[in-house]
Amino acid sequence: MGDHHHGPAKGISRWLFTTNHKDIGTMYLWFSFAMFILGGFFAMVIRAELFQPGMQLVEPAFFNQMTTLHGLVMVFGAIMPSFVGLANWMIPMMIGAPDMALPRMNNWSFWILPPTFLLLASTLFMEGGAPAFGWTFYAPLSTTYAPPSVTFFIFSVHVLGLSSIMGSINIIATVMNMRAPGMTYMKMPLFVWTWLITAFLLVAVMPVLAGAVTMMLMDIHFGTSFFSAAGGGDPVLFQHVFWFFGHPEVYIIILPAFGVVSQIIPAFSRKPLFGYDSMVYATASIAFLSFIVWAHHMYTVGMPVAGELFFMYATMLIAVPTGVKVFNWISTMWRGAMTFETPMLFSLGFLVLFTIGGFTGLMLSIAPSDFQYHDSYFVVAHFHYVMVAGAVFSMTAAVYYWLPKWCGRMYNETMGKTHFWISFVGFNLTFFPQHFVGLAGMPRRIPDYALQFADFNMMSSIGAFIYGASQILFLYNVIATIVAGKPTSEEKVWDGAEGLEWTVPTPAPYHTFETPPKIDPAHAHS
Amino acid sequence: MIRLSANPSIDTVIKLVAVAVAMFAFVFVVMVPLYNVLCDALGINGKTSGEAYTAVQARVDESRTVTVQFVATNNEGMPWEFGPSVTAMKVHPGAVNDTVFHARNPLPQAMVAQAVPSVSPARAAEYFHKTECFCFNHQPLDGDSAAEMPLQFIVDQDLPRDIRTITLSYTIFDVTDMAGGPVAVR
Repeated sequence: MGDHHHGPAKGISRWLFTTNHKDIGTMYLWFSFAMFILGGFFAMVIRAELFQPGMQLVEPAFFNQMTTLHGLVMVFGAIMPSFVGLANWMIPMMIGAPDMALPRMNNWSFWILPPTFLLLASTLFMEGGAPAFGWTFYAPLSTTYAPPSVTFFIFSVHVLGLSSIMGSINIIATVMNMRAPGMTYMKMPLFVWTWLITAFLLVAVMPVLAGAVTMMLMDIHFGTSFFSAAGGGDPVLFQHVFWFFGHPEVYIIILPAFGVVSQIIPAFSRKPLFGYDSMVYATASIAFLSFIVWAHHMYTVGMPVAGELFFMYATMLIAVPTGVKVFNWISTMWRGAMTFETPMLFSLGFLVLFTIGGFTGLMLSIAPSDFQYHDSYFVVAHFHYVMVAGAVFSMTAAVYYWLPKWCGRMYNETMGKTHFWISFVGFNLTFFPQHFVGLAGMPRRIPDYALQFADFNMMSSIGAFIYGASQILFLYNVIATIVAGKPTSEEKVWDGAEGLEWTVPTPAPYHTFETPPKIDPAHAHS
Repeated sequence: MIRLSANPSIDTVIKLVAVAVAMFAFVFVVMVPLYNVLCDALGINGKTSGEAYTAVQARVDESRTVTVQFVATNNEGMPWEFGPSVTAMKVHPGAVNDTVFHARNPLPQAMVAQAVPSVSPARAAEYFHKTECFCFNHQPLDGDSAAEMPLQFIVDQDLPRDIRTITLSYTIFDVTDMAGGPVAVR
């Protein structure tokens, strides 16, 4: 870093070789939005097929490829990279650091992602088709009965795991070593805290996922029998290894979302976050509990009663720290001078819908009831309430909240609010009826259904098309803002916003905090 | 805290890479063996012992009889004819019982098979002892030939009294391709 005052390089090489946290954050955000559109397109195929009972548009084999790729692309391509992008943009600005601790690794961890997802998407055109075993890729469906493209799938999981691990190591190294003087741990904004904990989860469990796919690879190509009963292995082992990764993974997705709404709700309530310390401890408790609850995804697989009970009680225990968070957000708004700009609307949408998803999660945690709900549309409804209305809504809120700071232009508030309401209605129209068809016995991942589910499925499909279309409005609003939004140069775009990122000029210059900011010792975190 | 590098960021990176590598190793050296040990120790998943049981001198409990049913299944794509000689036996706990399974390879080429047992209810698995079983070994068969495969078992005297029927299920797998190397038999 010889010359501190150079601007961005010109042309494509700016993006290929950049080590600037803002550039890399921007690329992560655009990439994840592209993946969001791709995964959304797969979802539209699913909903179009399910619009009416009977086989309508696609072959069952292709339908299976769509459900699989939809899940994989949304989890690993859209949600996770979007929050990594947000972390890249915001964490250095929030803790008063000039950049990430490891800028070159940062570049690499982004640039290995696009080829990986290109490889994954290319399996659609391979002989035998794309992976069709569900995003959870249970053995032996993903080993003995997998299409030949499974090897490419395994390679892409390895690489995206590597990218995630490098990204998280970078975030931890930044937060632990690059905080401005006076920025103690308990003064960090909550978004930084939730990402620090998320990054530790990622470092701990992405290697477990890599281990699972490595065992698959060995079973398929090198004659081992980890998951094959013929050679003394056990397919159930796969589910244990997968969910030992998979359950922390769902908190990896939701914890940064918690961080985002913990920034936005205080800003638009014009009050400091209620219960900051308890928020930190609740996040850490959730992270710890996430390691000891994995088998609640597999109650029906055959477990001793003691195991079912342990995993049931441990799972229910997670409702306690999560409840602490929900009550803290509500208390933050209590008697606040609230206004309802688009970021706040999406945060409130998050709060209401995530809580519904939390309650259905509590229902699913009850082992004896889960035998009924398992693998039904009730599960689909549950995890879309926490993944879409949880992670995606909060990510959308974050984009509206920080976009003026990033590009120095205001988005169109009316269009933003329209986007929210169409999203909110479309989302609920899609997923609320799925609770009912799930409880009535409609299984997930099947391209056809019994006639009595027809009306609710048609509602779901219409809702999905509405929700999908509303994202085009979002894309238009963002591009219109960047190109021709009303310029603003106010440092603090939102009058209730707190934090170091609002002390730098708007739009945020290419390099910020080259000299560390002074942290007011009395200054409250936010 | 031990410092591994003068640069604090590099120090953090080294430690975290070590954690990631350790977690990768954890899957292979802890999770997989632990899973098998737990299944054996707890007798879950209907896994029976992979080794011959050495009979302990014990009284035959003639006060009750237990029905042992035999089920044979072919794994997908396995062309052999495979089945028990009798579908059920009434036995006393503690007594030594013998039966045979039949197998025939209808194809012209030689093949190697492996039968994998499973006991239901799973709770009975730890009380079902096999002193001799074809499932301990590979079963090779020349093309178009047949074999009788012996099974000798003891139902433990400690079998819970509410279990009156035990089902022993075998699935036969084609392991011709894998037969070159050692196979962990369960």
